[in-house]
Amino acid sequence: MSLIYLILPIALIVAGLALAAFLWALRTGQYDDLDTPPQRQLLGDERD
Amino acid sequence: MVPPTEVSAAPLASASARRERTDVGSDTRTRVACAHCGDPVPKALRQPPGRNSFCCSGCEAVYGAIAASGLDTYYALQRRLEAKGRRARVTDKQYEEFDDPVFADLHTSDRGDGTLGVELFVENVHCGACVWLLERLPHLEPGVKSAQVQMKSGALRIVFDPGAVRLSHLARRLAAFGYPPHPARGRSADQLRRRETRRALQHIAVAGAIAGNTMVLAFPLYGGALHGIEAEYQRFFLYLSLGLAWVSVAFPGRTFFRGAFSAWRARTPHMDVPIAVGLGAGLLLSTYNALRGSSEVYFESLCVLVFLLLAGRFVQRRQQQRSQSAVELLFLATPSSARLVLGDERRQVPIEALLPGQVVEVLPGESLPVDGLVRAGSSHLDTKWLTGESRPVAVGPGDPVSAAAVNRTAPLQVECTAVGEATRVGRLMGLVETSAAREAPVVGLAHRIAGRFAVAVLVLAALTAAIWYQLDPIRALPNALALLIVTCPCALGLATPLAFVAAVGRAAQRGILVRGGDALESLVRAGDLVLDKTGTLTAGQPAVTEWIGERRLRGIAAELEACSAHPIARAFAPLGGGGERESTPVSEFTEHPGLGVEGRIEGSHYAVGSLRFAQARGFACSAELEAAAARMANRAATPIAVARDGGVLAIAAVEDPLLPDAKATLDGLRRVGWRIRIVSGDHPDVVRAVAQRLGLPEELCRGGVSPEAKLAAIEELRARAGKDPVVMVGDGVNDAAALAAATVGIAVHGGAEASLAAADVYLGRRGLAPLAELLAGARRTFRAIRTNVAVSLVYNATGVALAMTGHLDPIVAAVLMPLSSLTVIALSYRASTFPAGSLAPQTQTVSP
Repeated sequence: MSLIYLILPIALIVAGLALAAFLWALRTGQYDDLDTPPQRQLLGDERD
Repeated sequence: MVPPTEVSAAPLASASARRERTDVGSDTRTRVACAHCGDPVPKALRQPPGRNSFCCSGCEAVYGAIAASGLDTYYALQRRLEAKGRRARVTDKQYEEFDDPVFADLHTSDRGDGTLGVELFVENVHCGACVWLLERLPHLEPGVKSAQVQMKSGALRIVFDPGAVRLSHLARRLAAFGYPPHPARGRSADQLRRRETRRALQHIAVAGAIAGNTMVLAFPLYGGALHGIEAEYQRFFLYLSLGLAWVSVAFPGRTFFRGAFSAWRARTPHMDVPIAVGLGAGLLLSTYNALRGSSEVYFESLCVLVFLLLAGRFVQRRQQQRSQSAVELLFLATPSSARLVLGDERRQVPIEALLPGQVVEVLPGESLPVDGLVRAGSSHLDTKWLTGESRPVAVGPGDPVSAAAVNRTAPLQVECTAVGEATRVGRLMGLVETSAAREAPVVGLAHRIAGRFAVAVLVLAALTAAIWYQLDPIRALPNALALLIVTCPCALGLATPLAFVAAVGRAAQRGILVRGGDALESLVRAGDLVLDKTGTLTAGQPAVTEWIGERRLRGIAAELEACSAHPIARAFAPLGGGGERESTPVSEFTEHPGLGVEGRIEGSHYAVGSLRFAQARGFACSAELEAAAARMANRAATPIAVARDGGVLAIAAVEDPLLPDAKATLDGLRRVGWRIRIVSGDHPDVVRAVAQRLGLPEELCRGGVSPEAKLAAIEELRARAGKDPVVMVGDGVNDAAALAAATVGIAVHGGAEASLAAADVYLGRRGLAPLAELLAGARRTFRAIRTNVAVSLVYNATGVALAMTGHLDPIVAAVLMPLSSLTVIALSYRASTFPAGSLAPQTQTVSP
């Protein structure tokens, strides 16, 4: 039954990784402009 | 890239596609759309099918530039996105000032590897096709390393190699594509804002992650409390949530403690005080209980609370990007460069490089970059935004002129007397900044209640402790702490931000942009409503409002006046019938500046101008028409005589017409108690005529008021009004300082950018009806807030009663705390503050 002692910390570490990923995205400016990138994604490969 | 041979084929295809698209759904007349912007093309400019038609030479030039660069995919994208381009204008600007060392110092940054970075603001960026086109720049110009657009703000970031390409060349290229660039100003403020947003999001992310995980950890604890749990596991869960909660309160949650501390030092009530007390007490009590091995802990409630409060504040603050600095405002009002006259040479320089005594040239359609004296040329200046005068001002050599006025008719040479912040408009923007800074923040209802609430809660907690100390000393401290926790004003803290956020969002759908909830809260009581006239109560542009005499001459008058650039002449344009008739050629056209025009159409001799001019040119006028002209002049309209072959046949009244909904709106507002005043820079006679038509008492309506006097008038009213709000509604640079000084400043549709920046509210729809909607919506929002506060107080009262009687076990608290927050959230979004349903956005202004 002491499996919980292993699983819970792992769950918290996974959550911590997700948080770290979000903070990384934030620091690299990916949340600064939410309008242009989707447009760029759709139109970027037209006749380049 | 497309090889040049293909270029000619593609535009043909796109042109015919456009013709088909616009033909569908139009009436019997064929409508031809401009190949660049999609606007209807005047009949005279239409080309035979299969060739591109353009609405103006600007669009034609831009189309040519885009197609010649092999970028005509732009038009395919535009059609696919169903976006409409903007009418382009040709700028023959050379952008030499972009190569000036002063410019390089101010706006570019050295990136270390021999390249320079520069941020420009480009006009006309409005859809994905624009983004695509602008980001093709590195393909066209090998010297450009990268180009990145931000669609909403129109900011374009370019990294280029100064050895390979000059910035002025890039600027010309951008202008040729229909995106005139401007140097980006206010970058430091923008960066600061961005950093602040990032930090807030960081805190919210941490708080959110912890809140989620402590909630998961709380499940086994509640389950254990009901059905039993082994002490070993209980301790494990308790310690984990204890650790997480401390991180949440200590890292993202510390902002509340900092706020409470400064509120305590300043001795002003603040929402942060009860929040900090609740958080602190909750954390300490829960920690104490957890260490004892009891599961009476509130860790998950505390973490969720921190998360919700941070998120609520973040959303609220994002709407309050306030008070730009005077320098930034100045840049919005005046052009960024000037054409310097050096002998026979003209050089474009940034205005920062201008010195008093130098002479600049200002072409028609441009705004004046500096204060100065006219050295050569005579023209009409539109000072509508600067002074509120609806009639253009004639200037000639020797006349003083002010920056930000728009030159209308002919080129002017102006000797600088003051530049930048020393100009009249610069000083005005300085006043905007100081009056915005002087304005005390509104202490909202929730904050006022929070102050008293904090005191009441502390007193009650002390009372509980004292009473229980007599009854059962061991339970005294836990009961007092339980009270502090359950009264923690989660609902109170959320009530106001949520109600405001919901209302501001709804208002935005109705085209009313509100900056910050406190503006709405200030509009709840009726007070003084001060209106500007030109552009606010009236359309801001002269129009023909009355026509007496021969009606068939309307088209002829339009035809003749179309040849003139005088502002009054523009009023006749809508009479032309919008391209339905073939235009008739005008011969022997002569313009008599300030008087009128004459010319020959189909053999007859016509004149359009002032009555005195027509009579002086030998046209006789009947007594009846003369009386009509006198009547028009009496109500401050300009009578214009239209004459043919020796006789005046019609009189037209040209004036700045009242907005159609002005009277009804103001009558409605007067009925609910607003005191309506007009303070205008226009001529007192015109103001009196408008006041008469609106049925306003003349003593409340003042004309000929300078921008500085407007500011003084607002300040005087505020000093007298006490608690009642003084609301200023205006549209011009001349209103900006008054807008900033008023309790609430409201800028109207089509106003100058400086007035938008200074105002708290922007009415994005034409007319005054949105004003009434705003005031009614504000009142309904306030009612929603009062409901929220009442609900959260009821919850708290229940909690206090339970805690004081010692009945507050953790399960009750766990249900009570989120339930109160959820009720408040539901109530806020349900409240009908602004009528639902979106309106079709009105982008084009309709001529009245």
